[in-house]
Amino acid sequence: MESHEIKSLLEKYMDAMTSVEEEKSLADYFRNNAVSPEFEEYKSMFGYFEDQRSVVPEKNFRISDTKKRRRTWIPAAAAAVLLLGVGIYGWQNQTPPQTSELGTFDDPEVALRETRKALDLLSSKVNTGMESVNYLNEYEQSKNVIFKN
Amino acid sequence: MEQIEFLKLIEPFRNKIFRLARRLLVSVQEAEDATQEVYIKLWNKNDGLREYQSVEALAMTMTKNYCLDQLRSKRAGNLSIVHNNYKDREAPLQTQVEDRDNWSWVEKAIASLPEQQQIIVQMRDIEQYDYTEIAEMLQMNETAIRVALSRARKQIREFITKTHAYGIA
Repeated sequence: MESHEIKSLLEKYMDAMTSVEEEKSLADYFRNNAVSPEFEEYKSMFGYFEDQRSVVPEKNFRISDTKKRRRTWIPAAAAAVLLLGVGIYGWQNQTPPQTSELGTFDDPEVALRETRKALDLLSSKVNTGMESVNYLNEYEQSKNVIFKN
Repeated sequence: MEQIEFLKLIEPFRNKIFRLARRLLVSVQEAEDATQEVYIKLWNKNDGLREYQSVEALAMTMTKNYCLDQLRSKRAGNLSIVHNNYKDREAPLQTQVEDRDNWSWVEKAIASLPEQQQIIVQMRDIEQYDYTEIAEMLQMNETAIRVALSRARKQIREFITKTHAYGIA
């Protein structure tokens, strides 16, 4: 392209009247030619525009992955909180077993003695009960004597 | 719509979403977040996406709206925008340092424009959309777009000429 052609195309360009094709040919011209000083700023502009077209994000964008990732930690966190709660509750209510309260004995002799004592106590109470029943028997007998005749 | 189908649909213009977000939000991190956000917004439309003539136009409109909202809430919160220095990851080896230096002035020139003009420059000069596409994305008529674009281009040129004249660069 001749210099005067460039010049008129640039004027059109500055008025935003060029087509995309014409703008591409201007870019080609500035990329491939030594440019006279009067066009210096256009060379920078077209050079910059072209350079910017190669800017790409370094990151990959995903859809369901990001959604899933956001969702999966919620039940996990809930489970963790629940476990932690149960753990703390259990730990705080934990009391060491008290052997004396369970009534166990290490020595069999003592165990026997204590068992006898307990059984004696039980049988004496049972006998008390029996005594009152005996009294009832007495009453029955008297009644029989009276009403026999 | 399955995820694979969805990603395939978005793939051809994912970089354009990111670049528009970066143009407006400046920071790469925020641009990535914005892109992710647009992905989710599109995904939530699910099968409704099929009703759109151009999902790309829809995506670009969403990106623009989301970024402008971000900027507005940032300003409301009195947070300043972190301005990254121009960094070029993909520059070919033969690129001259001087070129890159000049490009950084073009970037600054664009950043100094009103948001609407930045968006139009991004869509036209960088992404090379035609005017009907831009009109659809911005809900503007073509004449208004041309007027704004012409103004933007002239201001960019002026900005560069000034820096050259005063030797600031």
